[in-house]
Amino acid sequence: MADKIATREAYGKALAEFGAVYDNLVVLDADLAAATKTGIFKKAFPERFFDCGIAENNMIGVAVGLSLTGKIPFASSFAMFAAGRSFEQVRNSVGYPHCNVKIGATHAGITVGEDGATHQCCEDIALMRTIPGMVILNPADAAEARLAVKAAIDYKGPVYLRFGRMAVPVIYGDDYKFEIGKASVLADGDDVALMATGIEVEQALAARELLAADGIRASVVNVSTIKPLDEETVLERAAACGAVVTCEEHTVIGGLGAAVAECLSEKRPTPVLRVGVKDEFGRSGPAKELISYFGLDAASIAARAKEAVALKK
Amino acid sequence: MDNKRVEELSEIARKVRVGIIDAVYSASSGHPGGSLSIADLLTYLYFEKLNVDPKDPDMEDRDRLVLSKGHCAPGLYSVLAQRGFIPVEDLKTFRKTTSYLQGHPDMKHTPGVDMSSGSLGQGTSVSCGMALSAKLDGKKYRVYAILGDGETEEGQVWEAAMFASHYGLSNLTWIVDLNGLQIDGPLEEVMDPRPHEEKFRAFGWNVVHADAHDFNSLEKAFDEVVSDDKPGVIISHSVKGKGVSFMENNVAWHGSAPNAEQYEVAMRDLGER
Repeated sequence: MADKIATREAYGKALAEFGAVYDNLVVLDADLAAATKTGIFKKAFPERFFDCGIAENNMIGVAVGLSLTGKIPFASSFAMFAAGRSFEQVRNSVGYPHCNVKIGATHAGITVGEDGATHQCCEDIALMRTIPGMVILNPADAAEARLAVKAAIDYKGPVYLRFGRMAVPVIYGDDYKFEIGKASVLADGDDVALMATGIEVEQALAARELLAADGIRASVVNVSTIKPLDEETVLERAAACGAVVTCEEHTVIGGLGAAVAECLSEKRPTPVLRVGVKDEFGRSGPAKELISYFGLDAASIAARAKEAVALKK
Repeated sequence: MDNKRVEELSEIARKVRVGIIDAVYSASSGHPGGSLSIADLLTYLYFEKLNVDPKDPDMEDRDRLVLSKGHCAPGLYSVLAQRGFIPVEDLKTFRKTTSYLQGHPDMKHTPGVDMSSGSLGQGTSVSCGMALSAKLDGKKYRVYAILGDGETEEGQVWEAAMFASHYGLSNLTWIVDLNGLQIDGPLEEVMDPRPHEEKFRAFGWNVVHADAHDFNSLEKAFDEVVSDDKPGVIISHSVKGKGVSFMENNVAWHGSAPNAEQYEVAMRDLGER
């Protein structure tokens, strides 16, 4: 396996890389530039980096004002604060006027680790999904994170980008074409479809190996765009496999699992089991341990996949 | 400002007030009190101050105005109508299901509206972003935001105030419409955000006062509020409901519409009968 890189690291590097190409790209942070990695951009383009201090709600509004005057602003903080604290600013000032604001939310989910529940945002996808016109990107690795940043720059409208703190393996090579609204099928199989997003793609791929040992052929789909959902691929994989397991580092309420279940229940009723954080808060601990503790690891996914297969008629 | 110009502006402001009452009466809802308190201010801005063009509402280097107290949309729509951005007769469609004149400003569908607003406090930050952008590009346009006095109870206002002075946004002017009343009652009974002058000075702003219903006072304030290195705020002392006898200084008219009889009285007060 190649070196592991956190998607937040790829985010910071991508901002600096594309900042050299787009002179109207500006970056805002709320006193977390070292952690969100926007500090990489700050070092390269200090005149286009604005620290807003610990005042996320104002930061979102400033980004809106910049977007309305020709800039492409990336506003960064932890997911907890960008999507959680500032939900209403994002809803009313970014979403309602459909402003060209990009929200770079890092430290999503329980793999924040030791900082614990107050900083582990497992609700951001659910929150952002309810905003009309909001695009939600949750890249699985550093390569995809870089391409997601580029796609967000090229897309005109609000985009919520979700990045993680923990280093994850690089899955994609240079030939990968990322497109907003397109899921990518990483592995074929016709017994069950594992539809994963973000860091859970790594776990789903490992679960596929565990299942293969038991003679179950699992397809693995990386759903990196959660909204708009790639319904075509979801429906096609559901039809091919007849059972679906969704995998996300997010509450099972309102996230990828909900999006997939909503799509399938209306268009092609199929058993869907959801792997994610149950209706509970996170807790402190090393990220890797928490993945197992909350049942987001490969073994848990494989167990759910077997249950899903059993539900097939 | 010479007397003739004051008379001209007064006549425009009168028509702006008529439009406010027409809009709110037609909708049977809306916010007349705070719209009337900024009618002269809006008239001054749109007819004396702002570099805007009704024929080219999206002109790149125009001055920007964010009505952060977005519930006073009737005031904004009415002045935009007088300035030629939208037809005056459309004011009567305010708040109707198929109208583009939403209860709170919608920039996507209303020419001349620079920002959708209504959730209090949020427009202040947007005005900062616009002003920062102008500084970055070395552009000369100015950015204005109108805040309610009650709105200054929102924490975001002070986050934005801190930001504006930190980044030296001298091209930014806020106007706090100090009419002393918010929806639940007088400021001193609900949650007093005063004194504004000391607070804004402490946040690094240039502060001036104005009589919101005196064009000469407004002119002086808009001149004096500009400095080389600081954002500026005008504390605009106003009368809520100004111009309509029974609405003046009466909190009941913060967010309610006149009935037919009251409408007639209002029109008489405004010289339309």
